[in-house]
Amino acid sequence: MTASFRSAAREEVLARIRRAVGGSSAVEQRYAQVPRGYRNAGGAQRPGEAGSPQTVALFLERLADYGASARLVDASAAPSAIAEALTGRSAGTVVVPHGFPEPWHAGLAEVRVLGDDPPVGLDALDTVDGVVTTAATGVAATGTFVLDGGPGQGRRALTLVPDYHLCVIPADRIVRSVPEAVALLDPVRPLTFVSGPSATSDIEMKRVEGVHGPRTLEVLVVAAEPPPPPPGDHRPIYDPAEP
Amino acid sequence: MNGTTFLGMPAFPRAARDALGDAQLRRNLAEATRTIRDKRDEAVGELPDWEELREAGRALKEHTLLHLDRYLLQFEEQVTAAGGTVHWARDSAEANRIVADLVKRTGRNEVVKVKSMATQETGLNTALEQAGIRAYETDLAELIVQLGQDRPSHILVPAIHRNRAEIREIFRREMGTRAAGDDLGGAGALGDDPQELAEAARRHLREKFLRAEVGICGANFLVAETGTVVVAESEGNGRMCLSLPQTLICLAGIEKVVPRWQDLEVFLQLLPRSSTGERMNPYTSTWTGTADHDGPREFHVVLLDGGRTATLADPIGRQALNCIRCSACLNVCPVYERVGGHAYGSVYPGPIGAILGPQLRGTASPVDRSLPYASTLCGACYEVCPVKINIPEVLVHLRARVVDGKRRRPLPGLERLAMAAARWTLSSPRRLAGAQRMAAAAARLVRHNGRIRRLPGPLAGWTDARDLPAPAPESFRTWWRRTNP
Repeated sequence: MTASFRSAAREEVLARIRRAVGGSSAVEQRYAQVPRGYRNAGGAQRPGEAGSPQTVALFLERLADYGASARLVDASAAPSAIAEALTGRSAGTVVVPHGFPEPWHAGLAEVRVLGDDPPVGLDALDTVDGVVTTAATGVAATGTFVLDGGPGQGRRALTLVPDYHLCVIPADRIVRSVPEAVALLDPVRPLTFVSGPSATSDIEMKRVEGVHGPRTLEVLVVAAEPPPPPPGDHRPIYDPAEP
Repeated sequence: MNGTTFLGMPAFPRAARDALGDAQLRRNLAEATRTIRDKRDEAVGELPDWEELREAGRALKEHTLLHLDRYLLQFEEQVTAAGGTVHWARDSAEANRIVADLVKRTGRNEVVKVKSMATQETGLNTALEQAGIRAYETDLAELIVQLGQDRPSHILVPAIHRNRAEIREIFRREMGTRAAGDDLGGAGALGDDPQELAEAARRHLREKFLRAEVGICGANFLVAETGTVVVAESEGNGRMCLSLPQTLICLAGIEKVVPRWQDLEVFLQLLPRSSTGERMNPYTSTWTGTADHDGPREFHVVLLDGGRTATLADPIGRQALNCIRCSACLNVCPVYERVGGHAYGSVYPGPIGAILGPQLRGTASPVDRSLPYASTLCGACYEVCPVKINIPEVLVHLRARVVDGKRRRPLPGLERLAMAAARWTLSSPRRLAGAQRMAAAAARLVRHNGRIRRLPGPLAGWTDARDLPAPAPESFRTWWRRTNP
């Protein structure tokens, strides 16, 4: 395969497209005409809704629905909740990526912590008892959190190879809908949207949890302190009466 | 035709008749499609703005196709800037050659694969095998198909035609003894509980993932604005293939591109709810070129035409390229539910397959000519399509194309003679009245309780699968003249 061979294919495919539909003009204007009557288009957020009690409640409910164990803890209780979760798994060694928030480190006192610096080899990753990370953002409507490789999240293999993942996420990072999350994310980073533990429906369309990714997923949402709910705002996430 | 490819498949009606005779297949399909239909209905019913999302999805796809050259060039530019390489392939053979050459350059002879319709379409595994490269399918259903030396029968769940007992037999026969659980409880320890079967797949593939040097994937979406590739999956096998190997090769149809990152806010809502009936599939990975210290050091995208530009040239048929491969249309189709995917003779079965296959491959083969007729035109597929492809409209359009193809033959067929006779008859009231009298007289010989069960001679084809109401003893106009003198 030579470069000229490749570029001949490129020119021909492009020429075929232009013959089929004509050339491109006024693309920007036409793109702007795409109807976007769906909710939160462009990631529009309503003030006070990210991390609100309703948003967090929905996030927890939807995670549980897909087989993740998920609960809300106060900021002061976060370390003990982390320790409790790891004890519950009888975890001896866990990976905790660089940048995991300092206030939560107390929860890791009873376990051996690998910091992935220098990088943990795949075979070692395969034998650790779990991985503890935070997440870049959460989506309440779908029970999803997104890892972007930022502080406290690490490279993608860390949350994939171990069989147990404990994700600790501050409540104010949880938004209501998919468009809001997409708007917050940086596509240059490698992203992983996680919605429940690894699963399959390939056998008779019956959902079975636990295939190649972590088979146990636990999520702790850490409430901001103090969390005053906006007065008089009791709207549900999706209010059918809303335009 | 051999066991693993669709080459030389018979026309749909013959393959369908064989499939209908398989009671086990019909039970498996009925059970699986009912389950997934219910899940999809529930997931879609949760979103009050579903119709707005569908309309946005349709409009975005239509817009992109009309400016496909520009968006592909933008995608190429962005991938290159982010450290990846873009290749172009005019057809399947060229795509397979490019991928095989890229694998050979790594010096490896094994690859792990994420489930991908594009690689199914090009027959990549066979091409790699001929180049001395072993491809391991890692999606559970693809693994079942590969180990069973079988053909895929569904876009999302290629082994939908297999039930748990059949899958257990395949695993016990084909997997090493350790993966099949023999070390856990002696020979035949593997049960048929889906949980246990999934566990066997995990053990079978674990070592492959951890040692893999080359990964091959498809794409659900390519973002032109950023050069980002999106792969949606459930099991984590995709994440393994995308992030552990040093080299990653993505084969994707040119129609997979979407204009901007923001557009994912539409498609990440439409796809999972339509496909697996989940609010969101367990894992969606996105990446842009290569990243420092995370994932493959080398990344290639192969952009495949493979009949897509020919499809694009047809203003009615091109909407088939909107397809995001969710498979909702298969699950609601009364024809698919009864005959399954193999009868369609293509990796794209069901309603979408009936309009994609004959367009991507042309209508030269008997099976491709028969596919536009593999439908009752009930319209359920159009109702559920997340990007509003009017499948019945395209089916009718393609039927016309098949008929036009026959028109060019030197000798007219029976259908064409019959149509010519009908035109001659219907264009004159006198001739029509004569024909009605003749039909009423002839019907008296073959009717039974007002129905005709079997027409004589070459007309028998019509009554093979249905009864015909017998013509009335006299026409309305005769009756009117007789009763209103």
